[in-house]
Amino acid sequence: MDSMQIKPAHERKLRNKTSFRQSVKNSLIMAVRGLIKIRRTPEQLFDVTLQPIIFTLMFTYIFGGAISGDVQSYLPVIIPGILVQTVITTSIVTGVQLREDMDKGVFDRFKSLPIARIAPLAGALLADSIRYTIATVLTFTMGYIMGLRPEGGLGYVLIAALLVIGCAWAISWIFAFFGVIARTASSVQGISMIVLFPLTFLSNAFVPAETMPDWLQWFVKINPISHLVTAVRDLINQGSIGWDFTISLVGAAIIVAIFAPLTVRTYMRKA
Amino acid sequence: MQNNNRKNIAKGSGEWAVEAKGVVKTFGENRAVDGVDLKVPTGSIYGVLGPNGAGKTTVIRMLATLLRPDAGSASIFGHDVVKEPHIVRQLIGVTGQYASVDESLSATENLIIFSRLLGLGKAEAKNKAAALLEEFSLTEAAKRPLKHFSGGMRRRLDLAASLISQPPLIFLDEPTTGLDPRTRNQMWDTIRRLVKSGSTVLLTTQYLQEADELADRVAVIDHGRVVAEGTVNELKASIGNSSLHLGVQHSRQMEEARRIIERVLNVRAAVSTEGGKITAPMADVDRMTDLLIALRESDIQLAELSVQKPSLDEVFLTITGQGAGTSEESNNKSEKAVEV
Repeated sequence: MDSMQIKPAHERKLRNKTSFRQSVKNSLIMAVRGLIKIRRTPEQLFDVTLQPIIFTLMFTYIFGGAISGDVQSYLPVIIPGILVQTVITTSIVTGVQLREDMDKGVFDRFKSLPIARIAPLAGALLADSIRYTIATVLTFTMGYIMGLRPEGGLGYVLIAALLVIGCAWAISWIFAFFGVIARTASSVQGISMIVLFPLTFLSNAFVPAETMPDWLQWFVKINPISHLVTAVRDLINQGSIGWDFTISLVGAAIIVAIFAPLTVRTYMRKA
Repeated sequence: MQNNNRKNIAKGSGEWAVEAKGVVKTFGENRAVDGVDLKVPTGSIYGVLGPNGAGKTTVIRMLATLLRPDAGSASIFGHDVVKEPHIVRQLIGVTGQYASVDESLSATENLIIFSRLLGLGKAEAKNKAAALLEEFSLTEAAKRPLKHFSGGMRRRLDLAASLISQPPLIFLDEPTTGLDPRTRNQMWDTIRRLVKSGSTVLLTTQYLQEADELADRVAVIDHGRVVAEGTVNELKASIGNSSLHLGVQHSRQMEEARRIIERVLNVRAAVSTEGGKITAPMADVDRMTDLLIALRESDIQLAELSVQKPSLDEVFLTITGQGAGTSEESNNKSEKAVEV
């Protein structure tokens, strides 16, 4: 340090804005940090590994006979439902962990660095995509073991997987927002469950909407989760991309457009 | 040599590293920072001295763009902290009171992530991390999880992380709190070397010895206000060359003793609540005889008495009245007394 002289402030090239490229780069580096953290504490992957296995087994054998006559014909209905439910429930963890992370001193350093303001949040959310991927792969694998043979073929299964992961990422911005405004990690968990539980169950994920009372059908049909589930069913069972696919993507985009700036702004204001 | 170096840098840029005017921050009812003015010359070590809860950390957080001031303005090398925060962040390094490094990552990983965020390439980041670990004698511990790091190692890593971009201004919030004397001395050496290489350092501390040891100029903060500012010598001179410490046997005579001291020595004397002692500046030790006679005449029995060269402790005690928890009036008085 003695040998090198520090460049005085007025000789430096300074910019008051981060470019889009820098924002993406910063976010990716923050995602790498998130991945290292996951690698260091693999036990935090318990939920995404066990939940798909247990839920798929449980729901299929409990509801299969009652809803579709037998397990075999229930699989094309339930696997997309379980998939969406599991992956989106997993995205709650993003908010919870963000809250825990923000209470640590390292976030002060991130805030004092000349990096894109969105990077610490976007990076954490991006790293969590690995969790959604694990949950998705395991759910499909369980389905395959239990006898699901997707008519749409592997290509469409892949598109379905990407769609669910993408939507879960978008929805995790909502929970990230809760993570930023809440005071404790457990309250994030609490609020998120209250929001998510009705959304996933008041949908066509497990039971066809037609079997429900009229007033409930009305909600089930506008519930975005239903559209996502239908989109996944269309993809893997028929290999078709329909209206629900578009609605899901547009919905995801709207969520990000609202909650990403809101979350970043709140995060910056809360010191 | 060190001083020469500093002067050159100051001349080169001809501006203040930090310039704060009337900065205010309120948390609910509490005015944590109540109109602070600071001017830190480029290339110096500036100490912000004050007891716990005086508002030191809040001031640093505002200057480092981590908190938005409610009123007033502050600029770093001429760049406003509110209007040009991104530029300010390119010019500063911040080492917080609580180590701001990633607990779940190793020391190397921490430094590499921060380096990459600051725009260094993969290979560059690796070299930088290795160099900094070497510099702060952390190479051996580089791969160990931070959980097993001692307080001193954590602080060193934290400081190393602040130096990646070689910022011209470094904020150190209580850099040695909780460190053992040996580690503290190492930290002091590091801070001195930083300034030698051209950095400006603004540090907060509750230890007067630390400010005495390191700082070129000191601002004393109490209850969110600057109650005194100047070079260490100016501050010391303002309360006389030596100081008198006096304890009385019966505490009810304390007030009377203090009045006698003020009358005989013609200075302001402070009563420290915890020690039950009176301290007063003492310009002329020869006046001691008069004082002792006066005390005997009033039948005040002494418990202890000493005359000492002033430490910053005395400055602090005198300026803030009774150490901690003072009246507004005494603050203002001492402010006048110290402005040199």
